[in-house]
Amino acid sequence: MATAMELVERSQLRDDLPDLRVGSTVRVNYRIIEGNKERIQSFEGVLLRKHCGPKNNKATFTVRKVTQGYGVERIFPLHSPRIESIKVLKIGRVRRAKLYYLRERRGKAARIKERMFHRG
Amino acid sequence: MMARKIGMTQIFEDDGRVIPVTVLEAGPVTVVQKKTMEKDGCDQVQVGYEAIEERKVNRPMKGHFREQAPTRFLREFKVEDISQVEVGQSYGVELFSEGEMVKVSGTSKGKGFTGVMKRHGFGGQPASHGHRGHRGTGSIGQCATPSRVFKGKKMHGQHGNKKVTTKGLQIVKILSEQKLVLIKGAVPGANGGLVTLHKNAR
Repeated sequence: MATAMELVERSQLRDDLPDLRVGSTVRVNYRIIEGNKERIQSFEGVLLRKHCGPKNNKATFTVRKVTQGYGVERIFPLHSPRIESIKVLKIGRVRRAKLYYLRERRGKAARIKERMFHRG
Repeated sequence: MMARKIGMTQIFEDDGRVIPVTVLEAGPVTVVQKKTMEKDGCDQVQVGYEAIEERKVNRPMKGHFREQAPTRFLREFKVEDISQVEVGQSYGVELFSEGEMVKVSGTSKGKGFTGVMKRHGFGGQPASHGHRGHRGTGSIGQCATPSRVFKGKKMHGQHGNKKVTTKGLQIVKILSEQKLVLIKGAVPGANGGLVTLHKNAR
C-alpha cells in the first residue's frame, strides 16, 4: 500500500536542486506566468526555514528579504516545476534550524556570519 | 469499477500549480453475472474485485462464481450496452481517461454515536452564565399542537459509516501499469477502504 503512495510522490521530486542550508543567502529564479507571457523573477534573501524535508513532495522553504524597510517572506514549494533554478550565494553560520529571530531584528543585528569551512 | 483508497497527496501540474489528489488502486474487475432488462428488470453487470483463495468461499458462493475465480467483493453497475459484455471479461483502468469526470462512492469513516452538534451542525447552548445545556439538542418541537415530534427530526445517533457518494470528481492522472488512478480532491472513506467509481452520467 505504502509503496504505491511513494511511487506517486517520488515521481514529483526534483533532483537538480542544490544543497540548501538554513541561513544561506539564496537567489530563487521563479517562473511567473502573466497572461500568456512567462518571465523569470528572482527573489534574493536569507533562507529562513525548510519545511517537511528534502525527499518529500510537499516540502517548502521560506526566503526572507528586507526591501525598503519592510520584511518580505516568500514560501516556495521546493519541488515546484516553476522554480527555474536556485543559486546559493553565501552559506551562513547559524545555530538554529528556523531563523524566526531575524524577524525581530533590523539592520546590523539581522546579519548572519558567513561560514568559512564546509563541514561535510 | 471498484478500487481501494490508498491515500491523499499532492502533485504539481505542468504549469506549477499544486493540486490535491487521492490515490486509488483500481481494478481489474471481472464480470461474474449479466443482468438484462427482460430477465432482471435492468441492464446491469455484476463484477468481482480482488481475488481470494478458493477455501475462503462458501459453497453457495462457489456455485455463484461457477468457473470464475472467486473474489472478495461483488458489486453491480449499470451499463449502456449489455450486449458488448460477456461473463468472464475483465476490465481495468482503461475504462477511464484522464480529465474525465467521475462519481465516487464509498463508506464514510464511522464516528459512532454522536450528538447533534457534530452530526447535524447544531449550534448548542451557551457555555456559561447559568446555562446548563451546553451541547444538547434543545427543543424538539412544539406543545399541544402537534403534540408529537415530527418524523425525521434531526437528533443524536450513529454518524458516519454509511454510503456516501461524491459527484463531479475529476481524474487527474492514470498510471495504467500500476493500476493507479489519481482523483482531484477527496474521496469518501478511510484509507484502504473499498470505493466504487462511476462514469458521471448526468
